[in-house]
Formats: sequence, structure tokens, C-alpha cells
Amino acid sequence: MNHDAYPDNYIRAILNSVKSIAMVGASPVNVRPSYFAFKYLAQRGYDMIPVNPGHVGKELLGRPFVASLRDLGRPVDMIDIFRNSSHIMPVVEEALTLDPLPKVIWMQLGARDDAAAEKAEAAGIKVVMNRCPKIEYGRLSSEISWMGVNSRTLSSKRPPAPTQGMRLSLNRMSVGGGDTAASDRAAKNKSEQS
Amino acid sequence: MSDRLPGFSTLAVHAGAQPDPTTGARATPIYQTTSFVFNDADHAASLFGLQAFGNIYTRIGNPTNAVLEERVAALEGGTAALAVSSGHAAQVVVLQQLLQPGDEFIAARKLYGGSINQFTHAFKSFGWNVVWADPDDIASFERAVTPRTKAIFIESIANPGGSITDIEAISTVARKAGVPLIVDNTLASPYLIRPIDHGADIVVHSLTKFLGGHGNSLGGIIVDAGTFDWSTGGKYPMLSEPRPEYHGIRLQETFGNFAFAIACRVLGLRDLGPALSPFNAFMILTGIETLPLRMQKHCDNAKAIAEFLSGHPAVASVSYAGLANDKYNQLARKYAPKGAGAVFTFSLKGGYDAGVSLVSKLQLFSHLANVGDTRSLVIHPASTTHSQLDDAAKTKSGAGPDVVRLSVGIEDEEDLIADLEQALSA
Ligand SMILES: Cc1ncc(COP(=O)(O)O)c(C=O)c1O
Repeated sequence: MNHDAYPDNYIRAILNSVKSIAMVGASPVNVRPSYFAFKYLAQRGYDMIPVNPGHVGKELLGRPFVASLRDLGRPVDMIDIFRNSSHIMPVVEEALTLDPLPKVIWMQLGARDDAAAEKAEAAGIKVVMNRCPKIEYGRLSSEISWMGVNSRTLSSKRPPAPTQGMRLSLNRMSVGGGDTAASDRAAKNKSEQS
Repeated sequence: MSDRLPGFSTLAVHAGAQPDPTTGARATPIYQTTSFVFNDADHAASLFGLQAFGNIYTRIGNPTNAVLEERVAALEGGTAALAVSSGHAAQVVVLQQLLQPGDEFIAARKLYGGSINQFTHAFKSFGWNVVWADPDDIASFERAVTPRTKAIFIESIANPGGSITDIEAISTVARKAGVPLIVDNTLASPYLIRPIDHGADIVVHSLTKFLGGHGNSLGGIIVDAGTFDWSTGGKYPMLSEPRPEYHGIRLQETFGNFAFAIACRVLGLRDLGPALSPFNAFMILTGIETLPLRMQKHCDNAKAIAEFLSGHPAVASVSYAGLANDKYNQLARKYAPKGAGAVFTFSLKGGYDAGVSLVSKLQLFSHLANVGDTRSLVIHPASTTHSQLDDAAKTKSGAGPDVVRLSVGIEDEEDLIADLEQALSA
């Protein structure tokens, strides 16, 4: 997989197929990005499990925290890692000990570890890096268009009026393939500078 | 689902719009409402805390305006956009996110006269200091950079002279200085030039001009390219630091490559207040659907008229970048191969008086202070838009006393030429 620019079809297939998501690094602090994403994905019907050893014994929006992936006690389809790039590898290594394996490992906006991605992909796991599942779900459903964001999708179909807790259709025509040329350029600028 | 890329004209008609979920209305409805009902207290809290997508109050966002925002973001190749009440409002909102009192920004000297006024006088009272540079001398931008520089501002095609700016060269200066490049793309529209493809980090428009295109609605828009890293060096605290207005959210961390557009909305539009009327958004959206058709006709007419004027004995010179012998023709071929726009100036051998006389004799061209209308427009900048500038500044910004500016409309080319002919010879 080219991790610089994902085709929409790749992201769409993941978000359409996974049902349960364990979020590593989920925060109960309601201004943290992980809290935003956790709450949104729960509202869109995903079965969310917060993973954070610092909050065991507490709940996040009614779901009890677990300390680590080993403590999940049941299979999950996707692991969403809300940790810095430097903390990704141990989480992926732990994920690779699960039986059955997760189908997807997703690393949050700003997080990228190519070596960890390679290990996961070698085990047949799909990997997404440096993206936010909330933003991608909002984009492919065009719900994010409420904020003037370019969803890079088109549709001439009448959508159902969205209600709380409803899954939205992600099957709109893509405009830009993967990420925009602009953000690719930003990534390139960044790597040239560093 | 195919990932095929639709073309510009398809995006101009479709991007951002879909049938209305409630009624099935195919044209974008005008959501002429100030406010939106919350589902419950938690939904309200989520919206106010920026945790959920949705509408609160039309000063912060509106569904009709959102269609316009996504459409222009798509046409410009940006990640997101924010519509505001005018082009000038867009400029204030952009710079409010970037500058603290005492900071500087570098601006090209060749700009719309209203922008020169705004930067020189209004922004001075905010403590935002403009430093002028010459778009024909790239080194003058480099020389103007100081540790307090926070942005560079240029026009892609400059008003009123119609000169073309070397966006890529100036974007290199901006990158070296570690500041974003803001491009006012009003006179080109994304049909002719997409500044983001040439290194712009932020694009602004007066939607009042070619995008709306019919001279009936004011509007402005800010497009975020998603290219700038706001976190380096704490230079842009509106984006990188915890915002007390939102319980400590950091916008860049939360919104990634569209954080600048969100900052403009939740810190700029929300607090400064220049919201666009949904009715204007509807009018402008309708205009954008025909942008590719109109813009090509504007450019073709402009070229024919520029050629006609170049051969006229009463005309001293024509500055239109679409003419093969023009100083900016090389840049026009590179940046605007479909046409060099429809706003340009020419100078009359008879000077100031001849300018005033020409304007009074024209029958089809309307004498008014706007550009980018379906109708052809004429103005004598020295006695109107640029009258507040002194003579030296007038000449420097391309609006000397003998200069007349045209904004060529989409009427029949023969009729426009006949009108100019009778007014010049009478
Ligand atoms: C290039 C340019 N930028 C900005 C503006 C300001 O736009 P508005 O009148 O919508 O505030 C104008 C208006 O003439 C313009 O020509």
C-alpha cells in the first residue's frame, strides 16, 4: 500500500466493513481529538472500546476502559492508535499477538511508523496512517461538508435525512482519488525541510 | 465506486451540492434562517465544542453557504473554504488568524486600490504592518522578510493593470521565510489559474466578481490549501496553541490539513461577524455553474478588444498580458494558458481629460466601480477607485492619470468594439 495517498475505495471499504474498534490512547478529556473521534464513531454505530491503562475502572461514554489490547477479551475488527509515531511499534506488536488478528490497524492524524506498518501488512492486516477515521467518515459521507470541507466526492442521489446514531452511506463518487495534491505537496515540503 | 477524476466544469456544477435530504429539491435551497434546532442538550454541547459536524447559527455556518464553500474549495483544489460577506472581509479574517499586533506582512505593490487602502490604513490601527514589495522584482520580497513577517499577499492577476504575478517564484520566498503565501485569485478565477497548484497556501476571492459573475451579490471566500504546517516555532498561536475560546482545543492538532479554514470560521467569522447572506450564497452558486463558459467568453472578448485598441490612433498603449508583445505575455502563457483574464488597462494619448471623455461617451460599457460582471464595464481609476492615492502611488499601482480600465463582459465582441470605436473617434 502506498501510504502517502490512499485511494478513496481503500478507506471506504475499511469503514464500510469494520464493526468493532478498539481505540488505544482514548482520552476521557472532552477537548482531546481522541475523545472527539471516539464519540463520533460511537454515534455512527461502531462498537467502540476505549484502551488506556491510566483510566481502568472508569468508563468513556458508557464503555469501560481496558488497560491493553490483551485485556480486550474478545475479537475486534480494527485498532485505532491515538499515540505519537514513537509509541506505535509496541502497540502494533501487541496487536500481532491477538487471536484472531484485527483486520485493520489505523494510526491517527500525525502518526506514522512505516516499519510497524510493514510488519502488520506482512500479517495480512490493512494499515492506514496519518488519517482520522472521523474526518474520513465525515468526508466520504459528505457530512463534513457542513464545515465547508472539501469532501472530494459527488452525488446526484437524494440522501436520507441524517439522524443520531445512523450509519451514513459512504458510496459516493470520488473526485480526487486519495488525498489532495495539496496535502501531498505539504507532506513533501515537510520531508524536504526535515 | 470508481475513483475517476471529474473535470472542472463538472465540479463547477456539482461540487458541494446534492439533492436536499428532506424535500428532494435539486437546486440548492436557500436556508434563510438564523439558527438551527438542536436534537438535545448533548448535541448542542457537541456542536458548540466543535465535536460534531452540524449547524448552530448562520454567523458560524449555514447549509447554503456550505455548498458554496465546498464548491470553491473543490475548484481551487483546496481542503476547505469559508465564505464571508465580501472580499475585503476575507482579507481581514485571514490576517486575523496570522498576525498579532506589531507583526508584519509583505504585500505586492500592484493590488486592487481598495486592498491598498485596507492594508495601509485600516490594518495599521490593528497593529498589522504592511511592507510593500514589487511583484516584478522577486528579490524585493526576499529583502522585505524580517523575523516579524507572518505572511505574503499577492494577486494572481493584478487589478487594475492585468499584470500576471510569478506565483511560483514568490512561493519559494515564502517557503524559505517559513510563512504562508496568500493569493487573491479574484481576477483569474480558478478556471484560469489555480494558485494552490503553484505553491499558494491560502487563496482568497472577492466572489463579487467573476465567480458570482453577474454583478448582483457581494461575497468573499477563503480557501485553505492544507499545505502549511502551523505548529513550527509557535509563530501562529491561533492554530497551534490551546484556544481559551474552546476549552483548550488546539486547532491544527484537531483538524489537521483544514485547520486554517476552521480557525477562520470559529475564531474569525464567529468573533468578527462578517457572515454571508444565504441568499447571496445562492446567487453566487448559480453564477459559478456557468463559470467555465463565461470566463472563456470574457477572455476571448478581452483579447479581441485589446487587439483592436492596440491598433487605434488615440491609444498610447494597451497593457493586456494576452497580447504577444506584452511584458507579461510569458507569465500569462505559463499561468493562464486559457486566457489572460478580462480586466486590463490602456492609456490614452489625450491623458486625464481623454479618459474622462471616453467614459462619458460609451453606450454599452457601464461606468462603475466593479469588475467581473456579464456586462462590460469601464472606469477611470485616477478619478475613482485610486483617487485616494497620490500621483506617484497611482502610477506605481498601474493607475496613472491617462489610464482607463475595462472589465470586458460576455456581449458580442463586434458590438463592444463598435462602442469603443464611436467613443474614441467622437
Ligand atoms: C482583486 C480584488 N480583491 C478584493 C476585492 C474586494 O472585494 P469586495 O468588494 O467583495 O470586498 C476586489 C474588489 O474590487 C478586487 O478586485
